[in-house]
Amino acid sequence: MSQLSRRWFLVRVVAPALVLGLRPQLVCAAAVATVTRLSRVGPQPTAVALSINGRTVDVALEPRETLLDTLRDKLGLTGTKKGCDQGTCGACTVLVDGKRVNSCLTLAIMTQGKSVTTIEGLATGEHGDTLHPMQRAFLEHDGFQCGYCTPGQIVSAVGLLGERRPTDDASVREWMSGNLCRCGAYANIAAAVQSVAGGPA
Amino acid sequence: MNPIRYAKAGNATDAIATASVEQGAHYIAGGTTVIDLMKLNVEEPELLIDITTLPMRAIAATPGGGVRIGALATMADVADSPLVASGFPVVAQALLASASPQLRNMATIGGNILQRTRCAYFRDKSQPCNKRKPGRGCSALDGQNRFHSVIGTSPHCICSHPSDLATALVTVDALVHTRSLLGTRIIALEDLYVLPGDRPDVEVVLRRGELIEAIELQPSIHARNSAYLKVRDRASYEFALVSVAAALAIEAGTVREARVALGSVAPKPWRAHDVEAALLGKPANDATFAAAADVAIHGMHGYGHNDYKIPMTRAAVRRALAMTAGVA
Repeated sequence: MSQLSRRWFLVRVVAPALVLGLRPQLVCAAAVATVTRLSRVGPQPTAVALSINGRTVDVALEPRETLLDTLRDKLGLTGTKKGCDQGTCGACTVLVDGKRVNSCLTLAIMTQGKSVTTIEGLATGEHGDTLHPMQRAFLEHDGFQCGYCTPGQIVSAVGLLGERRPTDDASVREWMSGNLCRCGAYANIAAAVQSVAGGPA
Repeated sequence: MNPIRYAKAGNATDAIATASVEQGAHYIAGGTTVIDLMKLNVEEPELLIDITTLPMRAIAATPGGGVRIGALATMADVADSPLVASGFPVVAQALLASASPQLRNMATIGGNILQRTRCAYFRDKSQPCNKRKPGRGCSALDGQNRFHSVIGTSPHCICSHPSDLATALVTVDALVHTRSLLGTRIIALEDLYVLPGDRPDVEVVLRRGELIEAIELQPSIHARNSAYLKVRDRASYEFALVSVAAALAIEAGTVREARVALGSVAPKPWRAHDVEAALLGKPANDATFAAAADVAIHGMHGYGHNDYKIPMTRAAVRRALAMTAGVA
């Protein structure tokens, strides 16, 4: 809304109302409500472009959709797992602009303009068959049992590499504490992470 | 989760105007509280106003040696700030003891200090809760109240405040800078919160639409010499059962200034004024700290499952003071 209409309201509505002794809070609220209205979308689906694993994908989203549900249900990227769906297990960990986050507590629509990396985006090579060093380390160190938490563990560990934290066992355990493993494969997970984090970059 | 509308705020003025006058409008930044509670239908906003692109993320030194932290700085940003770690160690320690690396990358400090209680009855809409609906009753009074408060409660609500950060901020005399339709104001963090009384649904003094723009850490000798002790069920990624933030200015072995705040034992970050008074002018030694810890539990009252918090508070205060004084 233009400055002109704000000014008009201030001069023609707010000032006289204040002179009349009306409560300034109410007058201002009414004035602002009239001249300001943020443009909005939803609740019905709206077309959005997201950047997922280096590719731009067009998808219709309801604003309430989490990134986790969008990845799994709309984009077929089911490597990212739904565990608790409330930010307490880490199975849904993805990278947004290189930082690890819980995709279950992220609205997909809020990742517009950002770069999302999932477990499917870690491997490289012409056919996507060259595993990321962290994926290889989890294989070499047997860093899993049932495997459900593994994609989140691996993505979280890749995020950890970028944070340049200490790489002793206790530090790795603390900095990987956002990823729970109900099988209790922690010893091998920590070894896998350490083998990459502590090794040559 | 209910259907919602979404708007991206281009500037603070429009965001505040909309949030102030539209019923059902709610700010969203990191989203870690509001999305969680929307899934439970405990929060039911109709419009989310995305404020993440507002220019409020900077962490900068103030002329007097303090630090001004934009409300949109993440918990990770603040924990990693050398300005914070050197001048206000209790704040960095509290942040690093909070949540998980993922959540700290997401959650903003403005949102952190406004996070809602973890009371299981508040989070479960099938149970009566005076905080969700005043007058319905408090299920925790005679329920599973192991995580609940032992001081500052009312017959209507015994929830505890879960923020490690807010507890630490009390001890460094933090100020909250806000903006609303009525202009800007500065609120001492300690005064941001109100006790439940007979209106547990009212938690802070903020007006509808009032936006936290920044948190200011004020420089002091005690802030530089501060520490955070968190006692919890597991070593990481867990809320506190009891926590203690302490800041002490010690000269020639004598306590000259003291701030002590208790976390997870009250419905708000609990400044322990009596403990501070018991420390001033006394030698910084274990006898002093033990006596101060005895004072910390005056007025505390358990509700059954949380009775353990009272002796735990006494032990934690004594240990936190020793840690802070470097005599542990």
